[in-house]
Amino acid sequence: MLVSILPLAGLGTLLGFLLGVASRVLYVERSNVAREIEELLPGTQCGQCGSPSCGAAAEAAAAGELPPAFCPPGGRAVAEAVAGKLGLPLDLASLVDEQPRLAEINEDICIGCTRCYKVCPTDAIAGAAKQMHVVFADACTACGKCEEVCPTGCIRLVPVTETLQSWAWNQPSL
Amino acid sequence: MFSPRLRGGVHPPGHKELSNASPIRRFPMAERLYLPLQQHLGAPATPIVKVGERVRKGQLVASSQGTVSAPVHAPTSGVVRALAEHTAPHPSGLPVLAITLEPDGREEWDPSLAPVSDPLALPPEELCLRIGSAGIVGLGGATFPAAVKLGSSLKRGVDTLILNGGECEPYLTCDDRLMREEPGNIIRGALLMQHAVQARRVIVGIEDNKPQALAAIRKAAEGQGVEVRSVPSRYPMGSQKQLVQLLTGIELPAMSRAADSGVLMHNVATARAVYQALCQGRPLISRVVTLSGQALTHQGNWEVPLGTPASYLINYASGFDCAPARLIMGGPMMGIQLPDLNVPVIKGTSGILALTRKEINTDEPGPCVRCAGCVRACPMGLQPLEMAANIRNGDFEKARSLGLDDCVGCGACSYICPASLPLVHLFNYAKGELASRQREARKMEKTRALAQRREERLVRQAREREELMAARRAAAARKAAGEESPS
Amino acid sequence: MNQPIHGPHAHSSAQLGALMLQVMLALAPATLYSFWLYGWPAFNLWLLCLVLALFWEALFLALFHKPVGAHLKDGSATVTAWIMALCLPPWAPWWLAVVGTFLAIAIIKQIFGGLGQNVFNPAMAARVMLLIAFPVEMTTWIAPEAVAISPPDITSGLAITFQGLSALPDGYSGATLLDAVKNQSAQGDPVSATLSHLDYRPTDAIIGLRGGSLGESTSALLLLGGLYLLWRRVITWQAPLGLLLGAAVPAAGLSLAAPESYPGGVFHLLAGGLMLAAFFIVTDPVTAPITARGRFVFGLGCGLLTWLIRTFGNYPEGVAFAVMLMNSTVPLIDRYIKPRIYGRTRKGDPLPITEGRTS
Ligand code: SF4
Ligand code: SF4
Repeated sequence: MLVSILPLAGLGTLLGFLLGVASRVLYVERSNVAREIEELLPGTQCGQCGSPSCGAAAEAAAAGELPPAFCPPGGRAVAEAVAGKLGLPLDLASLVDEQPRLAEINEDICIGCTRCYKVCPTDAIAGAAKQMHVVFADACTACGKCEEVCPTGCIRLVPVTETLQSWAWNQPSL
Repeated sequence: MFSPRLRGGVHPPGHKELSNASPIRRFPMAERLYLPLQQHLGAPATPIVKVGERVRKGQLVASSQGTVSAPVHAPTSGVVRALAEHTAPHPSGLPVLAITLEPDGREEWDPSLAPVSDPLALPPEELCLRIGSAGIVGLGGATFPAAVKLGSSLKRGVDTLILNGGECEPYLTCDDRLMREEPGNIIRGALLMQHAVQARRVIVGIEDNKPQALAAIRKAAEGQGVEVRSVPSRYPMGSQKQLVQLLTGIELPAMSRAADSGVLMHNVATARAVYQALCQGRPLISRVVTLSGQALTHQGNWEVPLGTPASYLINYASGFDCAPARLIMGGPMMGIQLPDLNVPVIKGTSGILALTRKEINTDEPGPCVRCAGCVRACPMGLQPLEMAANIRNGDFEKARSLGLDDCVGCGACSYICPASLPLVHLFNYAKGELASRQREARKMEKTRALAQRREERLVRQAREREELMAARRAAAARKAAGEESPS
Repeated sequence: MNQPIHGPHAHSSAQLGALMLQVMLALAPATLYSFWLYGWPAFNLWLLCLVLALFWEALFLALFHKPVGAHLKDGSATVTAWIMALCLPPWAPWWLAVVGTFLAIAIIKQIFGGLGQNVFNPAMAARVMLLIAFPVEMTTWIAPEAVAISPPDITSGLAITFQGLSALPDGYSGATLLDAVKNQSAQGDPVSATLSHLDYRPTDAIIGLRGGSLGESTSALLLLGGLYLLWRRVITWQAPLGLLLGAAVPAAGLSLAAPESYPGGVFHLLAGGLMLAAFFIVTDPVTAPITARGRFVFGLGCGLLTWLIRTFGNYPEGVAFAVMLMNSTVPLIDRYIKPRIYGRTRKGDPLPITEGRTS
């Protein structure tokens, strides 16, 4: 009797001890996760996720209040990285593959007020007061801030037209 | 002689008999020619003619731009009617900028074009330049600018020039006919290219299902120091890696160019184009196109001016026997489905096929039964079923670690799959997906840097403003104090 | 525009259904011959298995919301049922077919995810389960000689199938060769004595004059079917050869060392279900490794295990156990035996660039 109880008891103790140790050693601090997530984000503080800043959004995501795919300008790359960090499954369906868009300025009605230029988080708009502004396509993240502030409505997000170079095969239906 | 054993491959029915008895005929001018500015890999050409301008046959109408590019020439004399978008010969069917030319039927040559009297006396660099300015690209279908390939091979120094007469795609017989009808020009073109890259030897590889072409090329190559070899017929024998290995025994290392291993491969049709450019002063303005498939009434080979719309080609040369299930540009294995029949013939068009449902012979995809047919068929030694399974699970990185980047897209696996799985489609989808992710990641990187820079700038500006204000306040205070103290 | 269709725009004619049809064709001669050997009950059993398998398949496909028609057409369930029937004792009762096909199709195949997803060979796994659950029914063999003397007519055939062993007339049952050798060796009789006592000639095994399940009776016809499949390139030679070698070589070796205790290689090859396994079971693509070398290793393992179980295990026949065991090693084999990618070393690094100066 004792022969069978003792080893089992010993085994139990040992495993319990190991688990305890593991939970200490492998403990991940919550706030650390938030910081790590923040590092994955674009850092443009664009507010498209509904949070006031990227930092706040990262906190919310770490606390499970936001889904991994919360960041629209980050796209799928960021969503995947965040999901990986949190060990959550990525619900790709929630990531409605929005067509990439770019800000475009209608030259006829731009009055050169520089408001868009001031709010752009990536300095993708160039131009000085009273002059026509231009958008740098590769720096624009389509966050839409400029659209909000433009007094004449001349700046809009338009879908990027597909070219032979950007076209790729779709997922085959199976 | 011991020949290195090739792996994989499939034996699709050749259907070459449909068109290989038909000699190459000159195709008449269409009413309109559409010359896309992008008929090659690399940067599109820049148009140098204006709408309404009269051009002569062979005249440069769009010049190359950047290092990897190729110019476009007028296939005949006529008037430029438009510079507008036209359906691209591309699976997407997206529009591409094209020059619309209305032929005047006079066929007046550009007088500035003149053959070189003794091209072999020219320095190799000069030869490469001339080949480039004739707009020659790889005519086997890859359409990589020939001069760029020759130039880099010359710099790198290659030992062996291989002429690809494999034509392993079913249906296509344009190279076969060309080898039978113009073997001398092909060999001369090969010697010119040999001179251009200073290669030690030239080998022509021809699949053994083309005995007449083999005999013709053998005869023409006699005493020219060109080696002609027959290679077993098997798809994809005409693929660079496979043919190079069979002919030279060299297995081209992954992620390297053939030139790094001292080999350069060109298609036989490219060799003929080189000959025509240098010895006849004729830039690349037409090519041989195979018209085949059982949905057509008359199959055959035609020398077609570039820019001729496919509809014109089919209507004039054949007409449909029955409604085609699919229209294809190129061969059935690696060719593309035509978005519509307005698509023009371009430099890379080796064939226009109209296939019946029976010829395509596919079904709804079913589950993979792990039959390993694809593993056996893959010439690259990959495991298509594993890659496909991972891609379907969305694990692209795993697929890449299994060798996705080594896939040459030959389609042998999809051809053989008893479950009709679209394996190559999955691979190309994954490749595109990985590329776009990389782009996204790079953009994210950049965005982050830009946002940070802006953040820093804002902080700095705020501080500067703060300091300025402080300085002003201090100055004001001093002033006030100064005003006070003397009183 | 709709999404364009990706190439290739030509496909080989070897669709799954066509391949399965070839397999059935290859199985036909051996099956017909065993019908002749064992009479109506055998045919009833075979038919029952086929119909039931299709029923289970359809039922579970519908349950899992898969297209029933398309999957039934591919013929995979039919082939599984056919092989299943060949693995049962020829006069097995009807409910053995019911349970067997349920296990094979529903449990082993559909629950694991359907065609292409099952880890174990359905027929073999089902046989193992039946053997453990119903040892008596699964080892009641019929002696072909007895059937030849007085073959049951249709009515008594139906009675045998549907009333089970109670309807089995006396004097029909007999032991398989492997049973006999095992039992006698256990009692210390030398192999040669047992065999000569049984009047054993290898040719008997070839033409099926020994009791056994349907598919164990006629090695020659199974071999013929296998060669046909090889010729039509439906199967590859690696796994069958591996299996035959794996069983025959150690058997021959041990028999040379101690001929009185262990029967030789030829005996093992022709006895039991080895031929069936070689050409119709280890060649099942779903449960075999995907590389040529992997398949050889897989076959070798199956053969070796079969011989080990037959020789040292408790059961006289070990093919089913061996195949199941090796099935579970397939992921491992596939992981370690991979083709080398063109232009790369086995580890996956690019080959070093060698300036080609070969002639
Ligand atoms: S050929 Fe098709 S069914 Fe066979 S293993 Fe490959 S993907 Fe699976
Ligand atoms: S398409 Fe790629 S994976 Fe398929 S056979 Fe060709 S190289 Fe192999």
